[in-house]
Amino acid sequence: MFLINCPYCGEREQVEFNCGGEAHIARPKNPPDLSDDQWADYLFMRKNIKGVQFERWNHSSGCRRWFNIVRNTATDEILKIYNMGESPPNINGDDPNTPSGEPNIGSGNISSTFNKK
Amino acid sequence: MITDKKISFKFDGKKFFGFEGDTLASALIRNGVFLVGRSFKYHRPRGIISAGSEEPNAIVQLESGNITEPNVRATEIELYEGLNASSQNNWPNVNFDFGSINDFLSPFFPAGFYYKTFMWPPKFWEKYEYFIRKAAGLGKSPKEDDPDKYEHFHYHCDVLIVGGGLSGLYAAKLATKANLKVLLVEQSSELGGEKLNVDYVQSALQGSVDNVLETSFGISLVNELENLNNSNNLKIIKNTTLFAYMHNNYLLACQKIKNKNIRQIIWKIRARKVVLATGSIERFLTFDNNDRPGIMLANSVRKYFNYYKVKPRGNIIIFTNNDSAYKTAIDFYLNKIPIKAIVDVRKESKGDLVRKARNFGLKIYFNHGVINTKGRKKINSVIISEFDEKLRNTIGKSKKLSCDLLCVSGGWTPTVHLFSQSRGKLIFRESDATFIPDISFQEEISIGACNGTFELDDIFEETFNKMKKLLSEFGKEIQDKNREGVNKIFQDKIKHLWVVPSNKYFGKTKMFVDFQNDVTAKDIKLALKEGYRSIEHVKRYTTTGMATDQGKTSNINALGIISQFSNKQIHELGTTTYRLPYTPVTFGALAGRHVKEFFDVERTTPIHQWHIDNNAKFENVGQWKRAWYYPKEEEDMHQAVNREVKATREGIGILDASTLGKIDIKGRDSSEFLNRVYTNSWSKLGIGKCRYGLMLGDDGMVIDDGVTSRLAENHYLMTTTTGNAASVMSKLEDWLQTEWPELKVFLTSVTEQFSTISVNGPLATDLMKKIFVDFDFSSENFPHMSFKNIQINSISCRVMRISFTGEKCYEINVPSSYAKSLWSKCFELGKEFNITPYGTEAMHVLRAEKGFVIVGQETDGSVTPIDLDMSWIVSKKKYDFIGKRALNRSDTIKEDRKQLVGILTKDPNLVLEEGAQLVEKISKPPMAMIGHITSSYYSPNLGRSIALGLVKDGLKKKGQTIFAPMPDKTVEVEISNPVFIDPTNERLSA
Repeated sequence: MFLINCPYCGEREQVEFNCGGEAHIARPKNPPDLSDDQWADYLFMRKNIKGVQFERWNHSSGCRRWFNIVRNTATDEILKIYNMGESPPNINGDDPNTPSGEPNIGSGNISSTFNKK
Repeated sequence: MITDKKISFKFDGKKFFGFEGDTLASALIRNGVFLVGRSFKYHRPRGIISAGSEEPNAIVQLESGNITEPNVRATEIELYEGLNASSQNNWPNVNFDFGSINDFLSPFFPAGFYYKTFMWPPKFWEKYEYFIRKAAGLGKSPKEDDPDKYEHFHYHCDVLIVGGGLSGLYAAKLATKANLKVLLVEQSSELGGEKLNVDYVQSALQGSVDNVLETSFGISLVNELENLNNSNNLKIIKNTTLFAYMHNNYLLACQKIKNKNIRQIIWKIRARKVVLATGSIERFLTFDNNDRPGIMLANSVRKYFNYYKVKPRGNIIIFTNNDSAYKTAIDFYLNKIPIKAIVDVRKESKGDLVRKARNFGLKIYFNHGVINTKGRKKINSVIISEFDEKLRNTIGKSKKLSCDLLCVSGGWTPTVHLFSQSRGKLIFRESDATFIPDISFQEEISIGACNGTFELDDIFEETFNKMKKLLSEFGKEIQDKNREGVNKIFQDKIKHLWVVPSNKYFGKTKMFVDFQNDVTAKDIKLALKEGYRSIEHVKRYTTTGMATDQGKTSNINALGIISQFSNKQIHELGTTTYRLPYTPVTFGALAGRHVKEFFDVERTTPIHQWHIDNNAKFENVGQWKRAWYYPKEEEDMHQAVNREVKATREGIGILDASTLGKIDIKGRDSSEFLNRVYTNSWSKLGIGKCRYGLMLGDDGMVIDDGVTSRLAENHYLMTTTTGNAASVMSKLEDWLQTEWPELKVFLTSVTEQFSTISVNGPLATDLMKKIFVDFDFSSENFPHMSFKNIQINSISCRVMRISFTGEKCYEINVPSSYAKSLWSKCFELGKEFNITPYGTEAMHVLRAEKGFVIVGQETDGSVTPIDLDMSWIVSKKKYDFIGKRALNRSDTIKEDRKQLVGILTKDPNLVLEEGAQLVEKISKPPMAMIGHITSSYYSPNLGRSIALGLVKDGLKKKGQTIFAPMPDKTVEVEISNPVFIDPTNERLSA
C-alpha cells in the first residue's frame, strides 16, 4: 500500500516487492559447531516489532535485487533504504510515532524489548 | 441542476416520471412516494429521511439480473431514462409486508435478541439459522456475471481536496493558483456544496435578502474553477465518493460513470497533502415513533425544495433543538408555503433566524417537543407537549396537531470519517456536542464544516490561514486574501436533548436511534442495564451504527443517550472508530479488470494448441494449464490413463514437460554454488553429464528436486519442479545476493525460452534416431544421465538422457518457437511405434510405479531426505550445505519419524484415497494415527493398485500389515518397498 524507492529502479508500488523479514541475520559460518538452540535461534527467531524494524526487501517484480529498509511498521513510514552488506544505520526510536491513542506495543506483538535468549 | 426534461423510471414495478437532475429520492418524493422500504428487524414502514450519503432508510436494489446492485442509497442515484429500482427487505411487497408481524412482536425483540434466544441450546442454532439468515440482510447480490467493466486509475498529486463545497473550492483555487498539481473530488454531480446549492438559493432568487454577497462569491468561485478544470494542473472529478483514507496519504475514491461500457472507476490517489472539506451531516432527534415515512431531516427537506424544486404539501411542522431548522421555515415562508408550527425544545432563542421567523409571524412552541407521532404508512399527526424545567418529563396536557411532513433537526455532525480513517485524533466540543479533528496523524488538514466551522466568514478565514501554511510547505507563498467580507448570522445555542421525554412508560416507546439496524433508545438502555460499559461493546451488542450507513445520522445520538443514562460525559465515553469504506463499494469496482482471464495469469506451453486439438483434458499446475490425459472416443479417465501408461512401458510415450522450471547458471563459482544449495556434491560432475539434486531449506526439509546438467566448465542448466520454478529462482538469488556476494554466479530463468519434449519407452531410441538422423544414440556415446547438444535443421536442441518414468527417456529442450513443429514431427515419425501422448496423470502413475517422489506430494515441508530414504544423496563429506546442520537437530534425528514406504492393499483392485490415515490397530476412535497415504493409483502394468505413504518408522516395518480406516470400511494394507517396477534399473540403461 505504500511506495518503495528501489535503489536500482526508483519509486514503485509496494505490490512489486516482497518482504524478506528481519535484516542483519547472517547465516552462521560454522554450523556444525552450533548447538541445536543456537541453530534454532538462527532459523526461527525473528523480531516482529511494532515500530522501527530493519527489514530485507526484494524488488521481485522488477530488478529482482535485494536491499534493506528501515521501516516503522506501525505507520509504514520508510526511514532509510540501504544496500545489502552495509551495516545498519544508527536509527534510534524504538518508540514509534503510533497513531493517536494506541499503545506502542499492540496485542500479540513481541515487544521491542524482547531479548533473544 | 434540475431541468424540465422529463424522465421515466420504475420503482417497485410502477412507472413514474421525474426530471433530469433528479435523484431517485427526489423523484419519488416529487411523486408523493414516501414509503420506500421496510426496516431491518421490525419491518416497519420507512421513508426517505435525508438527501445525501447519510441516508439510512431509502436503500434500494438498483436494476435487476446481471447488473443489479444492492444497498444503493436512493438519495445518491442520479435519475436516468428507464431506471428500475425496487425496495428491499420486504415480502411480498412494501405495502403489505409479511415480516411486519415482527413490529407487533417487538417487546420480544430486545437488544442482543439473537444472541440470547437463538444460541441456546447450541444444537438448535442449525435449525434457527436458516430462518434468521433469511430474515436478516438487506439487498440481494447479483447471481449472474456482471457484463460491465470497472477500471482502476492511479493518480499522483500535490494536493488532494475532498469535497467541492465552498471551503474545498476556495482551497482548490489557492492551491491551483500556486501552480501545484491539484485533484478535487466531489461526491455529487455539482460543485458548490450545501451552502451554494441549498443555503443561498432563496437569497439568490429573492434578491434582496441575506447572503447575496456570499452567493455571488460562491457562484464566481464555481465558475472560476470549472474554467480551470483540466488546465493549470487542476483536475475535478464529480460523482466520486472518496471512501478510504489509508497509510501514507494513499486514498481511494469511487467514481460513478454514465458511460455504458465502464460503470465505475476506482481512483487510487497518492497525495502529498490532503485537504478534507467534507462538510457535515444533520442529526435526527430521538422521540417516540420518530421513524414514520414523512418524518425527514429539516435541511434535507429544504434541499429537496431549493435544489430539486420539490414543493412540499400539506401540514408542515418543524421540530428542532437549534437555530438551523429555522432556515427551512424561512425559505418556505418566502415561497408562500405555510408552516403549521415550529416546535423548539429550547426555552428561547435570540438567534437572527429565529427573530426573523417571529417577525414573519410563524407559530413557535418553545419548551415543547414532539412526543409521539401517528400514521402507519405515512405520518398524519404529531403529539406535542410542554416539558418540565430539566427537560426530563412532559407537563400539562399534550396536544395533537395534524401533520403531513415533520422536519426534524438535532444539530450538525462534522463529517470526520476520513479524518478518523487517517488515524487522526478527535476531540469533543461541548458547546455543540461535536467531535472535531484535533491532532493530525498524516499530511492532512480539515477545513469548513467537517472541522466544526460552520459560518462562511470563519470558513474563509480558516481555509486561507491553513492553506497558507500548507502551501508554504511546498515553498509557495500566498498574500492576497482576495475575498469580500460577508455577513455573519448569529445563531443561538443548541440544546441537547438526547432522548425526547415521553408521557409513556419508557419500555413501551419506540424511539429509533439507528434506523437501518432498528436500534431504539430502550435497547441502548437495556445494554447499559445488563452491564455493558465500553462504547465499543454497547455498539456491538445493540448493533447501533453497524449498518451500511455506519450510523452517519445516529452515532452521536447513541453516544448522547449512553451519556444520559450512564451519567457520564460524552468525552469520557469516547467514540467508536470510523471504518472504511465511507459508503459501500461494489465488489466489481474493487476487482476492476482483475476478473476472469485477468484474475490470475494462465500459462500455456507452445504445444498447447496441439493438446486442445487432440482432445486433452487439462489440469491446473500452479498457473500452468497442463494436459492431464487424452481420452479417445468412449474412454473414461481411468481407461485413458491405463492405456497411456501401458503404451509408454511397451512402446513410446511422449510428454509435454515444458512447464518444468529451467534456470541457466553461469559463472566462475557455479560448481561451488551448486555444492551449497544441493545436498550432494557437484565439483566432479563431468561436462556433458547430468545429476539429480535435492534442495533443502535451512530447516533441513526438502523444498525442491530436479536434474542439473553440466553444459560447460562454468555453465549448468538446472531444472526445478513446475510449481516451484519461481520460488527456487528467488531463493537462489537471495542466497547469492545476501549471503554469498563473493560468488561469481549469474542466474537466468529460461523456462519459457525452451520447451521440453520427453520421449519415453523401450522404443524411444528408435524414434530419436529417426528425428536426429546423423546422431549416434548408442549407450556408449549417449549413456543414461548425460547431456548432448544435437542439431536438427541447424536448430540446436539440448537433449538429456534422464528419466522420470523408469523407462529409457530423452528430454529434448528445443527453442520454444520450434517446439510445436518438433512435437508434430515426433508423431509423424513415431507412427510406426504407436507413439502415444500421455498427460500428467499417466506421468504420476509411471513415476509412482518406479517409486520416484514428487516434491509437494510425498513431501509437505516436514520431510527430510532421510525420511524419504534418500540418505544416499546427502553428502557426508561437505562441511556445509543449505539444510545440513538441521539434519542433525534432535527432532530430525529422532526415532519414529514418518518415512516414505510403499503401501499395497490386500485387495489388489482397491485404490486407496490419497490422504487416507493409517493406523496400526483398529480400535474404538480415536485411534493413534501412524501415517498417511501421499500417492495412490491403479497400475496397469502390475495389474493392481499401488500407493506411497509416510509411516512412522516405516522403513523398519516393511512387510507389516496395517490399516486404513475409511468411513464405510477398514482397508487392510501391507507396508512394502516403494519401488514397484524395475528396482535394478535395467530398463533405464538398456
